[in-house]
Amino acid sequence: MNSAANSGRALPWALVTPALGWTLLFFVLPFLAMGFSSLTAHEGGSFTLANYSQFFANPAYWHAMVNSLEVTAIVTLISVLLAYPFAWILAEQVPERWQRLALMLAVLPFWTSYVVRSYSWLLVLAQNGVINRALTGSGLFSEPLQLANTRLATVTGFVHFFVMLLTLTIFANLKQLSPSYRKAAADLGAGPVRTFLHVVLPLTLPGIMVGAFLTFVLCIGDYITPQILGGNNELLMPQLVMMQIGRRGDFPLASALSIILMAVVTSAYLACARWLKIERA
Amino acid sequence: MRALVRIASWLYALVVYGIIFLPVIVLVLFSLQATSFPIPPFTGPSLRWYDAVLSDTRLTSALVNSLLVAVLSSLAAVTLGFLSAWGFARFTLPGSALLRGLITLPLTVSYLIIGMGLLVLFNWAGVPKSLLAAGIGHVVINLPLCFAIIYSQMGDHQINIERAARDLGAPEWKVLLLITVPVMAPAIFAGFFLSMTFSWDEFVISFLLTRFDTTLPVEIWNLLRSGLNPKTNAIGSLVFAVSIVLVVLFELTLLRRKPA
Repeated sequence: MNSAANSGRALPWALVTPALGWTLLFFVLPFLAMGFSSLTAHEGGSFTLANYSQFFANPAYWHAMVNSLEVTAIVTLISVLLAYPFAWILAEQVPERWQRLALMLAVLPFWTSYVVRSYSWLLVLAQNGVINRALTGSGLFSEPLQLANTRLATVTGFVHFFVMLLTLTIFANLKQLSPSYRKAAADLGAGPVRTFLHVVLPLTLPGIMVGAFLTFVLCIGDYITPQILGGNNELLMPQLVMMQIGRRGDFPLASALSIILMAVVTSAYLACARWLKIERA
Repeated sequence: MRALVRIASWLYALVVYGIIFLPVIVLVLFSLQATSFPIPPFTGPSLRWYDAVLSDTRLTSALVNSLLVAVLSSLAAVTLGFLSAWGFARFTLPGSALLRGLITLPLTVSYLIIGMGLLVLFNWAGVPKSLLAAGIGHVVINLPLCFAIIYSQMGDHQINIERAARDLGAPEWKVLLLITVPVMAPAIFAGFFLSMTFSWDEFVISFLLTRFDTTLPVEIWNLLRSGLNPKTNAIGSLVFAVSIVLVVLFELTLLRRKPA
């Protein structure tokens, strides 16, 4: 099929080797180094499984994993439930010519710096922040509420980000849906509610699954949002990993915890693989 | 019924827009605060904190570092991504699917773990923490992205144009530079732009792999230690403004390219 056979075998390899080499050297090798490190003792460097057994033996460690899974599940669920109707409104209720603008506006804060976005929520949720001033000022509450440095704050920061991401993916999904499906449903006598429940929703479900999985992966590996908004009252896995490096310089334990986190994400992927039919463009 | 759905839709959209914009509005509003705390009541408008940001050499040099790392790492990522995409799309290589899978593999791993791995490796190899180390990490996260974008856009249409050039006697390097690159320019540009924004905003890899000279997100992170501070609002608003300009430029170029 290709007409480049006359150029020999050297050229194709010359083209792909730099990228492959980079990936091997700076992705695969570091991963192996991390795996090796996780099997050594922090003091002395002899072979040990202690870094892994520590995770299961120390409740503080596996609680971080439980917290991470809980927060991620809550965030994914709330984000999908908030984003789907929003994307539907943008795709179905907003006039065609305004849709591009409406969508661009809906994801505008997506482009603020990640660190700054979490900080902005801190401004909103702080002890003397906007919400608490509004609540005490209106006389609804006499004392400010503890909103920052809680799980609620972490979830709020995450949901803000993922609602924007999911709105984008679900909107694209709804727009790709051929109008003839809806017409067919209407011709066969289905009302708008039935058409939505039996035609539109099932057809967009695979897209929702992909978006939800993306949310899961990005959320469970994120350090900034829980660190800035959740504080240290309740640790999530990425915070635990960073703590080992920062305070104690314990690379082996940090490596082991990272690998455990990655194993959880990979098993989630394998468990969902059936529903995640990611099509090639 | 229809009208009811309409009203409910408007209300719902208004609430969601409100949630999405609340933190950004608070951020920008209190960057104009005249007093030292970015909390109500609003005492501005004043530009004193923007003044403070622009005269803070740590922040301005971090900004330059960020731009440098973003541009250079994105150039490297898009070059490696383009060459490999071209190689895989044009030639049949043994184990092609497997090798392509290897290149895109980093997309499935979180930045924290990529940064951790590099930290452990560099620590062993005695490579000091630096902007270069962070840049290497940024190429790792952006190369698969550039590869995937460019590879997915290489179709039969482009192959035929290249074939015509070869039939007319163009050597391989001329085909690449004069035919393939211009034809693939939108995909190359998209890959470069996305890499730029990801590198510009990347925190955890830069945090782990740099020490004294660092990037803007890490420097902003350091600012956060002093608690709520209008200076952080000001630098945050500036970064937001830059991103908006980039996104609008991107939209405009894309719109211009697509006649639809």
